Amino acid sequence: MAEQSEWIIELKNVSKLYGANRQEAARMMREGSDKQEVYKKTGATVALWDVNLKIRKGEIFVVIGLSGSGKSTVVRCMNRLHRPTGGQVLFEGEDIMKFGNRELLELRRRKMSMVFQSFGLMSHRDVIGNVAYGLEVRGMPRAQREQASKEIIEMVGLSGLEKQSVDSLSGGMRQRVGIARALASDPEVLLMDEPFSALDPLVRSDMQFELLRIQRKLGKTVVFITHDIDEAFKLGDTVAIMRDGKVIQVDTPEGMSANPADDYVHRFVGSADRSKVTSLRSVMITPVSLARLTDRPAQAIEAMRKNALSTVYVVDHGLHLKGILSIADAVRAHKEGLAIPQVMNPEVETCAPEETVHQILPRAAQAPYPLAVVDEAGCLLGIVTKASVLASLAQE
Amino acid sequence: MGDWFAFPFVFKPNVAAIDKATRGFAASASWFFEDIIGQGLIHLVNSIQWGLAHTPWFLLVALVFVLGWKARGKLSSGVLYAVMLCLVGVVGLWTAMLQTLAIVLASVLIALALGFPVGILLSASDRATRIMRPILDTMQTMPVFVYLIPALLFFGMGSASAVIATVIYAIVPVIRLTSLGIRQVDEGVVEASRAFGATRLQTLVKVQIPQAMPTIMAGVNQTLMMAMAMVVTCSMIGARGLGSEVLIAVNRTEIGRGLVSGLSVVVVAILMDRLTQGWFGEKEKPKGPEGDRNG
Repeated sequence: MAEQSEWIIELKNVSKLYGANRQEAARMMREGSDKQEVYKKTGATVALWDVNLKIRKGEIFVVIGLSGSGKSTVVRCMNRLHRPTGGQVLFEGEDIMKFGNRELLELRRRKMSMVFQSFGLMSHRDVIGNVAYGLEVRGMPRAQREQASKEIIEMVGLSGLEKQSVDSLSGGMRQRVGIARALASDPEVLLMDEPFSALDPLVRSDMQFELLRIQRKLGKTVVFITHDIDEAFKLGDTVAIMRDGKVIQVDTPEGMSANPADDYVHRFVGSADRSKVTSLRSVMITPVSLARLTDRPAQAIEAMRKNALSTVYVVDHGLHLKGILSIADAVRAHKEGLAIPQVMNPEVETCAPEETVHQILPRAAQAPYPLAVVDEAGCLLGIVTKASVLASLAQE
Repeated sequence: MGDWFAFPFVFKPNVAAIDKATRGFAASASWFFEDIIGQGLIHLVNSIQWGLAHTPWFLLVALVFVLGWKARGKLSSGVLYAVMLCLVGVVGLWTAMLQTLAIVLASVLIALALGFPVGILLSASDRATRIMRPILDTMQTMPVFVYLIPALLFFGMGSASAVIATVIYAIVPVIRLTSLGIRQVDEGVVEASRAFGATRLQTLVKVQIPQAMPTIMAGVNQTLMMAMAMVVTCSMIGARGLGSEVLIAVNRTEIGRGLVSGLSVVVVAILMDRLTQGWFGEKEKPKGPEGDRNG
């Protein structure tokens, strides 16, 4: 019985096949044929084959795989949006394959809710109408469900937007509505099907952080589908990697990095650390602002103020790097009527565009300002900020 | 060498037998068609007409003004439509217009009451769609006069036959566009509704129909227009109103009368189109700028 409380969802030998000739296809799969071969011979598609997963109560369980690996199908089997062809799906020890219509609706209304990649919001309803949808279909009176929804809307940071149409929101905000809708019914499990894949990278990392915050606060079990290994490792307590409808390895992110089960996992996990192959040329950015030797200090102050910078690099007319000017020095120069070359710091740490991110990592971490990238002639090519270094580590 | 220019095998269908069978059926079932359905339809048309006839003319004009103003969002449109309506009264066709309106509105009401559920059914079933598609095509392309003959046999001269013929002709767009609209609803949204434990009926009422509303309303508008297009045809089986004015003008070759009554039909059609389209068009407009905006 102790086990029953530990695992909230268990998938046992779950398979899902599409097409007319499923029996024949299943037989071929049992004999060890692969998916493509089965499709050629029988015309049946194997979406899942013999999937076994155990999801612990309160954890974030990430399923990762490329498109077509069956990861979206697996999550839809958990609330039976897709009905598995064979196998058992246990929720809190009960086999949901045996559920009747009523029980299935209850499961979806109270125990599990879902967040979608394409949001799945209803454009004819406002924000609160969307958030309250799950409560509405289970028959909760309007006043009560709107009260409950308001609290959730506040938690995901959308207060004041209750009456907005969802069409007027940005992608990130829409997915906040999607998450709020999923939380509103106070489910035990959140099924999230690539919820952040349609968002741009900055918003995505915001949302990942937000999800972690909410999950730690509410202690919900989350099943999270993604194709992004960095997202998987960032969020997952446990990560399952899928390929061609089969689960290849289930482990903690650390375990998976240390002991990849096979070459495929190794390559997948290996793609997480790109710092050793990424050169500065590809991560450096163009500085938003530069000062020239001949500028008046007031101009430099204005430029820094406008771009919210505390330092700017100083260059001559040939764009040769001459030094760095801090806002404090610039203000001093302005007050005392000095020129920029008299107050700037000519000692600047530089790096070459061929160096890799891995090589400059310690320097980038310690430097109080962005590192300058210069060519052999001393011309400024770009700068490397801490943010751009970290972003390069997070890519793909 | 045989004759290559005349089709060699001719078995003429026994049209006389078809006539006879239909007549016999109509006669034996007249208690049902004429007495129940026919009388029911006549009642419906008469009550609508009674209602319209007991509405003061200036109230109708005011209604058209307000609806036109609200629907198009411009005061000038309201004024224009009200003036157009008054013109029909000025040329002495006010009562004829009300008779026409009664038949058109009754037909549209019935067409919507039948067409909407059928459209929903077709949206849910591919098999029903396959079966219905040729039937709908036939209903739409069969020369409309052909409907008049059996309508006449079953329901006799008058507004009941007119309503039946109009419904058959005008019901097609509302069926087609209801089905199309529901099928076009984003699958992701429907899936989301199911994932939150909505029953099929809840998904239909709370998600699919509201999402399909702009398309469904386009169907309603088309049904209305097609019903208006039947006005003159139906006058041939005794429907009174603007259509019979046109018909009389044609029979007597009275060009002026034909022009006046014909233009009145056009005015009523334009008013109905603009007033309905305006309302529904407003909902079609996207509320925010489209596109992928993140952040």
